[in-house]
Amino acid sequence: MKNIRNFCIIAHIDHGKSTLADRLLDSTQTVNEREKMEQLLDNMDLERERGITIKSHAIQMEYKLNGEEYTYNLIDTPGHVDFSYEVSRSIAACEGALLIVDAAQGIQAQTISNLYLAIEHDLEIIPVLNKIDLPGAMVEEVSDQIIELIGCKKEDILHASAKEGIGIAEILEAIAHRIPAPTGDPNAPLQAMVFDSVFNPYRGIEVYFRVFNGEISKGDKIKFINTGKTYEADEIGILKLTQQPKQTISTGNVGYLISGIKVAKEVKVGDTVTHVDNPGKAVQGFENVKPMVYAGIYPVETSEFEELRASMEKLQLNDASLVWEPETSAALGFGFRCGFLGMLHMEIVQERLEREFDMTVITTVPSVQFHAFKKDGEMVKVSAPSELPDLGSIDYLEEPYIRAQIITKEDFVGPVISLCMDKRGEIKNQVYLTQSRVELTFHLPLAEIVFDFFDKLKTISKGYASLDYELVGYHTSNLVKLDILLNGDKVDALSAIVHRDKAYEWGKKLCEKLKELIPRQQFEIAVQAAIGTKVIARESVKALRKNVLAKCYGGDISRKRKLLEKQKKGKKRMRQVGNVEIPQEAFMAVLKLD
Amino acid sequence: MVEAICKEIELQDDYLNGAIIESIYFGGGTPSLLEENQLKTILKTIDRHHSISSEAEITFEANPDDISPSRLRMLFQNGINRLSVGIQTFDDEVLKWMNRAHNSREAFQSLEWIKQSEFNNFSLDLIYGIPIATHKSWEKDLKTLVGFEPPHISSYCLTIEPNTVFGRWQQKGKLNEASEDYASEQFYILTEFLRKFQYEHYEVSNFAKEGFHSKHNSSYWQQKPYLGLGPSAHSYDGKNRQFNISNNGKYLNALKTNEIPAELDILTTEDRINEYLMTSLRTAKGCNLLYLKNTLNYDLLRNAKPQIEQWKNSGLCILEDDILKLTLRGRLLADKLASDLFLVN
Ligand SMILES: Nc1nc2c(ncn2[C@@H]2O[C@H](COP(=O)(O)OP(=O)(O)O)[C@@H](O)[C@H]2O)c(=O)[nH]1
Ligand SMILES: [Mg+2]
Repeated sequence: MKNIRNFCIIAHIDHGKSTLADRLLDSTQTVNEREKMEQLLDNMDLERERGITIKSHAIQMEYKLNGEEYTYNLIDTPGHVDFSYEVSRSIAACEGALLIVDAAQGIQAQTISNLYLAIEHDLEIIPVLNKIDLPGAMVEEVSDQIIELIGCKKEDILHASAKEGIGIAEILEAIAHRIPAPTGDPNAPLQAMVFDSVFNPYRGIEVYFRVFNGEISKGDKIKFINTGKTYEADEIGILKLTQQPKQTISTGNVGYLISGIKVAKEVKVGDTVTHVDNPGKAVQGFENVKPMVYAGIYPVETSEFEELRASMEKLQLNDASLVWEPETSAALGFGFRCGFLGMLHMEIVQERLEREFDMTVITTVPSVQFHAFKKDGEMVKVSAPSELPDLGSIDYLEEPYIRAQIITKEDFVGPVISLCMDKRGEIKNQVYLTQSRVELTFHLPLAEIVFDFFDKLKTISKGYASLDYELVGYHTSNLVKLDILLNGDKVDALSAIVHRDKAYEWGKKLCEKLKELIPRQQFEIAVQAAIGTKVIARESVKALRKNVLAKCYGGDISRKRKLLEKQKKGKKRMRQVGNVEIPQEAFMAVLKLD
Repeated sequence: MVEAICKEIELQDDYLNGAIIESIYFGGGTPSLLEENQLKTILKTIDRHHSISSEAEITFEANPDDISPSRLRMLFQNGINRLSVGIQTFDDEVLKWMNRAHNSREAFQSLEWIKQSEFNNFSLDLIYGIPIATHKSWEKDLKTLVGFEPPHISSYCLTIEPNTVFGRWQQKGKLNEASEDYASEQFYILTEFLRKFQYEHYEVSNFAKEGFHSKHNSSYWQQKPYLGLGPSAHSYDGKNRQFNISNNGKYLNALKTNEIPAELDILTTEDRINEYLMTSLRTAKGCNLLYLKNTLNYDLLRNAKPQIEQWKNSGLCILEDDILKLTLRGRLLADKLASDLFLVN
């Protein structure tokens, strides 16, 4: 145990975590020449396509230093705010963290937020200044930022280029020297914390755990404390590039467990595994996730509701930050109200449902959670417009506010402030981190930033702004419910709760957008936006008058059939509401209103 | 080429399973280049390998500029009994705009020759939805056309396909496809006009006097087997379709080695159901639900009743005695409606 090191790599997005992980794996010969590829641990198709880490990935390395053999358990983590829950779970399984900072970019918002997470969990921090190969690397300046941030000594900061393979040996050595070995009692009752899991259609659910006390062996009778369910440890092992079965996983180590669990609900990330005989207590798991945005997820085919439920349960195994409960929509039927950590998270969930579970889904207009205070004093949490109580019974409404930390260059302070003002924000603080780098603090309504705020921020700052935020509470707000009517019928899935001052513009733009997205049908479709009974905007989708090809003989027939089949397939991604077909994108149209 | 085609006839002699041939169509490309002896050879070869019905409709496609009294006589003497002539329009400006080889004078002349010839069955093609034309010029075309009393008329709306001259014009902004409203108004002018002259509108683009429906075209919509010969020709054996290679050189080479250079397009039952829906809804005969049920084992009403009810209520179709037919307004939307009924996995 004294030679085990459990550590994660944390950083702001794109500062080089995954690339550094590649180098560590090469240097320790954990992967061979043939298996090598860039950002190797980003093994999900989605991660590779988007070039970002979405999931934490654990892998074990063997490292020799001065004749001693070390076991390194590395967890690569995502950098985007929406996946901070992944980071916090990885941190809980580790004793140390490599904090990577891009030498050309300096400290960014998620450098700070992830660092704080690590400090909260008493992790030993090894600061690494990465990308020193870049001509724009500001070694001195960024080193000063790091020293100020974590209070370390200048010589504690390692210099590296993950891309060029510089400084890798020093990092490996520092891990052995500076990160403490895990503590724990091998003779105590077993306490292994589940930090991740994944559904494997052939083998059932795979559970990733970290042993805090005791040890676990193949064939043991085990129990999940939280669910109370018992199983046999059919297979246990360590995580190399592939799984490697072992007889025993002992205190301080990280491993996987397969015990024939088929029901997704029986595994909860954060749960503790112990023995049936001589059981230990639960270790403190993780805080419950606090979703930022809510949206309904519905199957495109109403008959696929149960299948969707099963898929969501399986996905949840691998994405513990996804929360949901059943809901019903007048327009869409049975579905789920889901909570997400942000829009990127929501997008990823939707894509994973499609790719990994072959489920075509519709996502309704996202919403934050409002609080409605009724005249009788009752408070109702409203995470979908349809949950809003009858207007007559409402005394007032509150919406969630966040504190946003934005780090940018001095040149962009003006535009950033005016963007935040436009979003109903209030500036709270302005600090110069260096001569040219400024940290701005705002209070903003969450509803204003969850949608496209970050994209706008990046645009106005030419990419030189990073954002981190946390909820700070609720404030009274002048909110209205905006409904969308298609041919006179209200489509609840398109409703939104918006600030009164913005309702008119919102309605107008949404109608225009829907007009573009709703395919023409054989009748005219009226698109209206209304507050209560008052229509504030309208558009119409003109009727289709002619849709027939002139010639249809011999070879035309095959060609045309294929064309029309394609059309029909496109329709499968649409949802019929009343007699109007609404394409999947229409429900997300609100996100792209300008 | 003619040699190769005859070789193809020989190699494919069992494709139609010995069925009696009800129609032959010389078209697609340049049958006008065909000389008398070549025509004779082809027809003789067909006759040797198949039995041609004595009632068979044998059509020859021609453009106004390659019609002459002697050519007409030659065609008739060799057994051709129907002509299909690509008139398109009588408006010189439009003909020029469309890059047609003939002018209106040649169009008139050819029609007069046909009227004087022994052909009493002929079809004229007319085009509408031309951006530079007007409703007035369209009506004028129609008036001129019926003056020649053609027993059969095919009339097509101009479509602009991506890889054509028009497509490029459109891309460059030199040309705007006629608006849907304009094109559909022209369609109504067409159907109304020909109705008054006792033409039956028996398919979206086809009109005929009683007894003059094109047997050949109709067979495509009734899923009857056919054999296509020559480069890019397509055939259908009642189950699957096949396409000959379009490259002339490759076609010729393949046949030299006794091979049919064709690609098979295997049709699933769903494909055949979809094709039947797509073609039958275009016709006046309509879609026969019993045929669907008995031959293709598909119960349309069970699957699409609400949809059909909705169309019925909005005047797009009628359902009578197990026949689903589109109204005139429905036929203008035939593709959209057929696709709505399609089966896809
Ligand atoms: N020049 C240079 N580029 C690097 C270095 N490390 C990573 N990168 C590049 O930075 C980008 C982001 O790296 P990645 O490892 O995916 O970052 P992550 O988001 O923190 O995991 C990639 O294009 C890498 O090739 C380095 O040391 N020098
Ligand atoms: Mg990464």
